[in-house]
Amino acid sequence: MTIPGFPDAAPLAGLIGGILIGLSAAVMLLGMGRIAGVSGIFAKATGVGGSGISRGGAWAFVLGLPLGALIVAIVTGGVDAQFAGFGPIIVAGLLVGIGTRLGSGCTSGHGVCGVSRLSARSIVATATFMVAGIVTVAVMNAMGMEVLK
Amino acid sequence: MSSRILTPLAAGTLFGAGLTIGGMTDPARVRGFLDIFGDWDPTLAFVMGGAVIVMAIAWRIVPRMVEPIFAEKFHIPDRSDLTPSLIGGSALFGVGWGIAGLCPGPGLAALVIEPALAATFVVSMFAGMLILRLFERN
Repeated sequence: MTIPGFPDAAPLAGLIGGILIGLSAAVMLLGMGRIAGVSGIFAKATGVGGSGISRGGAWAFVLGLPLGALIVAIVTGGVDAQFAGFGPIIVAGLLVGIGTRLGSGCTSGHGVCGVSRLSARSIVATATFMVAGIVTVAVMNAMGMEVLK
Repeated sequence: MSSRILTPLAAGTLFGAGLTIGGMTDPARVRGFLDIFGDWDPTLAFVMGGAVIVMAIAWRIVPRMVEPIFAEKFHIPDRSDLTPSLIGGSALFGVGWGIAGLCPGPGLAALVIEPALAATFVVSMFAGMLILRLFERN
């Protein structure tokens, strides 16, 4: 399935993937009574953050992420991915680590769980990181910086 | 294993599978979504939309439940204050997201897709969290 004018978009795969992510967050909420915020759960698992589920539960969720990706990669016979090089990845990782802790969440906690609850903090956070991401990509493109290999 | 470990394991696995099917483990697709002034790829909007719709339903179920299925009580964030750290932190996160096309979930899921680069991202993200924690203590 394609969208006219956007030959590279994968709307159906995106929607199915999104529904699975929503179901995952629903399992965390209705099953454990917790928000499925990946940055917070990762901070809990690694010991740099305090709140959230038990440390064992946090590790289980964190390990599930690559496990789920592995299952999809095996079933579909491989997954395409075009990554940036080590330099940009290190800078990006540092910013994502600092920013998600300072801002109390990322795309999953604010973008999915908070926005769907109509939380004012999450709507503001999501709008902020979306605009910051859009501006960053626009500025990098304007400067001719090609990071993806 | 208890349901308190199996439930987050199942949720994490479902999350990782969803990210991968939705194309979010491919930084080119994520950066394509952010590139609204260039060759825009709207796929991420469908991922977000699908997830938000399911979660909007889940939030409507919560008030009808006395307690979660496998835990004693719900832990729902109750803050509503819009602070400089919320906005500043989200802006820093967005810049990092834009640079490499990775956020925490896809970075972890991609450990099995692009191991060396994804691991570099995860370690850098951990370092960022650690730096902030050390900074906040002083």
